[in-house]
Amino acid sequence: MSFLEYRLKLAPSGIAKVFYINWALILVLTAIAAIGWLMLYSIAGGDMDTWALPQIKRFGMGLGLLFFVAFIPIWFWRSMSGVSYLVAMLLLLVVHFFGTVGMGAQRWIDLGFMRLQPSELMKVTLVMILAAYYDWLDDKKVSRPLWVVIPVALILLPTYFVLKQPNLGTSMMLVLGGAGVMFAAGVSLWYFGAVAALGGGGLAAVIMSEGTPWQVLHDYQYKRIHTFLDPSADPLGTGYNIIQAKIALGSGGWAGKGFMQGTQSRLNFLPEKHTDFIFTTLGEEFGFIGAISLLALYTLVLVFCIIAAIQNKDRFSQLLIIGVAMNFFLYLAVNLAMVMGMAPVVGVPLPLLSYGGSATLVILLAFGLVQSAIVHRPR
Amino acid sequence: MRRAPRDTEATSRSVTRRALFMGGCMAAMVAALGARMRFIGVEQADEFRLLAEENRVSIRLIPPARGLIQDRNGKLIAGNEQNYRVVITRENAGKTDAEVEEVLNRLSHIIPMTAADLADAMKELNPRVNSAFVPITVAERLDWDDFSKVAINAPALPGVTPESGLSRLYPRDFDFAHIVGYVGPVSEKDLEELRTKQQETGESIDPLLMIPKFQIGKIGVEKWMEDTLRGTAGTKRIEVNHVGRVMRELDRAEGLKGKDLRLTIDADVQNFVQARLGEESAACVVMDVNNGDIIAAVSSPSFDPNLFVRGISSADYAALTEHDHRPLANKVVQGAYPPGSTFKMVTALSALEAGVIDENTAVHCPGYIEMGGIRFNCWKRGGHGSVNLKRGLSESCDVFFYDVGQRVGIDKMAETGRSLGLGIRHDLPMSAISEGKMPNKAWKQERYGQAWVIGDTINASIGQGYVLATPLQLAVMASRIASGKQVAPRIIHSVNDIEVPIAEGEGLGVDGSKLRAVQMGMYEVVNGPHGTGRGSRIADDTMQMCGKSGTAQVRNFSDAEKRSGATKNEALPWRLRDHALFVGFAPANAPRYAVSVVVEHGGGGSAVAGPIARDALLRALTGGIPPLTAYPADQRGTIESRMNDLRLRLPDGSQPAASKV
Repeated sequence: MSFLEYRLKLAPSGIAKVFYINWALILVLTAIAAIGWLMLYSIAGGDMDTWALPQIKRFGMGLGLLFFVAFIPIWFWRSMSGVSYLVAMLLLLVVHFFGTVGMGAQRWIDLGFMRLQPSELMKVTLVMILAAYYDWLDDKKVSRPLWVVIPVALILLPTYFVLKQPNLGTSMMLVLGGAGVMFAAGVSLWYFGAVAALGGGGLAAVIMSEGTPWQVLHDYQYKRIHTFLDPSADPLGTGYNIIQAKIALGSGGWAGKGFMQGTQSRLNFLPEKHTDFIFTTLGEEFGFIGAISLLALYTLVLVFCIIAAIQNKDRFSQLLIIGVAMNFFLYLAVNLAMVMGMAPVVGVPLPLLSYGGSATLVILLAFGLVQSAIVHRPR
Repeated sequence: MRRAPRDTEATSRSVTRRALFMGGCMAAMVAALGARMRFIGVEQADEFRLLAEENRVSIRLIPPARGLIQDRNGKLIAGNEQNYRVVITRENAGKTDAEVEEVLNRLSHIIPMTAADLADAMKELNPRVNSAFVPITVAERLDWDDFSKVAINAPALPGVTPESGLSRLYPRDFDFAHIVGYVGPVSEKDLEELRTKQQETGESIDPLLMIPKFQIGKIGVEKWMEDTLRGTAGTKRIEVNHVGRVMRELDRAEGLKGKDLRLTIDADVQNFVQARLGEESAACVVMDVNNGDIIAAVSSPSFDPNLFVRGISSADYAALTEHDHRPLANKVVQGAYPPGSTFKMVTALSALEAGVIDENTAVHCPGYIEMGGIRFNCWKRGGHGSVNLKRGLSESCDVFFYDVGQRVGIDKMAETGRSLGLGIRHDLPMSAISEGKMPNKAWKQERYGQAWVIGDTINASIGQGYVLATPLQLAVMASRIASGKQVAPRIIHSVNDIEVPIAEGEGLGVDGSKLRAVQMGMYEVVNGPHGTGRGSRIADDTMQMCGKSGTAQVRNFSDAEKRSGATKNEALPWRLRDHALFVGFAPANAPRYAVSVVVEHGGGGSAVAGPIARDALLRALTGGIPPLTAYPADQRGTIESRMNDLRLRLPDGSQPAASKV
């Protein structure tokens, strides 16, 4: 019996849970999503039905999911973490093996009303199982090699299949998100130092292997790296996205051109203007002020999460919240860095803003878990 | 796992420390992102604003000129003509549907547009159908006056741009509809196919195909050589002002013009044969026996491919699909017919090869044979008497081949048929190429689950029953008999003046004397005193023709019908009449060209198909309208008037306007 269950009688029950939900966090999440709807409306040229409306519906659905998850005690979710990891892994395998044979090269499973990307789901279940693992593990053993190998295997197994899809962005996020949980759980810093050194060497190997028969990445992935290093080398080809994105952001200036007045980002040559590159429209129409405000809202989410993690005394809840926050941070940091030309284009959506079902639902599901941890924290 | 509260407190503190450290790292990254935003949005803003604020940069694809298609002598078959059109870009035309409609309305007062055109344009301009920035073509093929009117009225027509581009033109319209095919706008179905292909091969889809109404080959050479003909898109970066007017071109990367094709077809021979077939439902192939070059491949009746390029009306289209002569079908490769007596060379050659007969083996023909209680008739009721190979071919005695066929057996016949090009697919850049049918015992067992019976062999020995061949295959057969080589048909002569290699035909592996025996039989068919094709002989000794006629039954007749004489073709409705066939080659002593003719429901092969084959061969051999001296003296009168009636293209300007490239 863990500490949490020991003090079980102090956790709220029934409808009283409503008062313990962190409403401010939900408000901020909704505000971020609402900015996304405005942008989608604007990008569609003032049309709700194209992107904004479906996205609102998905957010509503996700919010329902959030509350549903939040009302179920956190210890139930902890006991489910093994099962959910296996389910997500199974779905990943389904996509891996049947995706190429039956459905063409697909990353998703068609549920009819939406397309579920198992790799997105895996981000949450990976955090859950790692949190549960460290909750179960004796604190003194966390840095022993054998007990480090297990979580590393738990991370690398799904990462392998995601990398094979191929989806570099998501596999990177799985590794970094998992590493975040391990770090928070107190794994010795030596391990991280060693991995960082190896990673640097590996990166060098990846770049140097290009063109050789044993090159590690796909050609198009190398192309993205080159484009990142020098976008103007090929302005009409692959470098185009980044240049156009920068022009859009830059032309916004301080206050932007005004809602629906953006011309550059609706110039359509950004093929992913409503998904990965949605931030450019915001920057163009609402300028630096709009962009920095969005960044502030995102920061607020992270601050809420870290406070909630510190307040919580249950190890599983703490690690879960940190893991979710880490993933959320990775989403936004990678996307923004990519859009602003600080990182290669890897295809990571901007959380809650980009048009897309899987990511939005999974993010809200994750925050449902966070809320459940907050509601049911031992007091 | 049970833990002491003190331990729990300790681990919790450790997590808190690490969480705060991670929070610090995140804060640093967020700060970096914020700084970057400031750098781009504030400090670099002036630079970007120049690029973006007043003048937006826009990228347009430059469609490449499609490759030309020429005949073997360089005459233009498919070219490109200047096309003045009007395009509208939704985002510049107006925000609401009403505004866009108003612009279209004004446009319809300037240039001819029907209500249906307007409705179509509105549909295409719906932002959910096409993105708002994609230029949509609303009117095409304007004359210069209308085109200038649109240009002059541009201030009143926001979003409307007059453009000039190239569109496909087939100056020899009807002549090449089946071979060259036509182009048409990329359809949803085309894109679907491309996407499947993309997923399978990883090839990316050419961005050109995403241009609304971009034209790609739909059938024939245009389709099968699409990748060669299309070329590569160029791009231009242009600056447009706030209403979308192009201010200047920033830079441009020229595309690559599509490659030009040269066909092996001689456009004049093609035209002659097309005219000669007239309105018959027929097909004719003329082929070089030595290298397989297809000199003419005509399917009749034909249609005007330009109609499809311009968007065919449903009435015109219905007229084509409902026509009982099937003008849309390319009968040269798609039509599979019972070869009838033209198949007798296969029976003869396989029997000679198997050694079951020689040139002198004689068979007695009483006018029929009986096999298992069934009577198989010879076409000549009274019988031919004693018949050897030469007479069997020249008088087309069925009984001779019934007998010989049984001796050699179907499997050997099928083998010979295949080596002569029957029952196999000849790869040409054309759609829906039929394999024909060269049956053997295994095939029937597999297809019908029944054993091959002797009656099947008897039917097959005279090219009836299960045997089917396309006009192309018949021409290949004639070529191979004439040359003794396994020539393969070729229709693409060269790509960008680089010649496509000729598949060097290996020998047939048939003893020369046996092949000559068959050739001699074919010579007698046309030139012998009792030959069935005597009416089609060529009088000029330097160009004498060898050939074989065939008349293929389309249906079986009951005994009652046979007795009442209802089998006479003239008494039957068109659909039930016999197919007329003829294969041949010339000159007899040194063959150059082979020919095959199939006239659907045309009646007798020697009477109907033979003369066409002769005319086609003479046209190819003489390089001009066949001189009357090449025909037997007693026929010259009718031939002359027939030649005068042919509606041929003149070499001068009587053709449709020459295309400008």
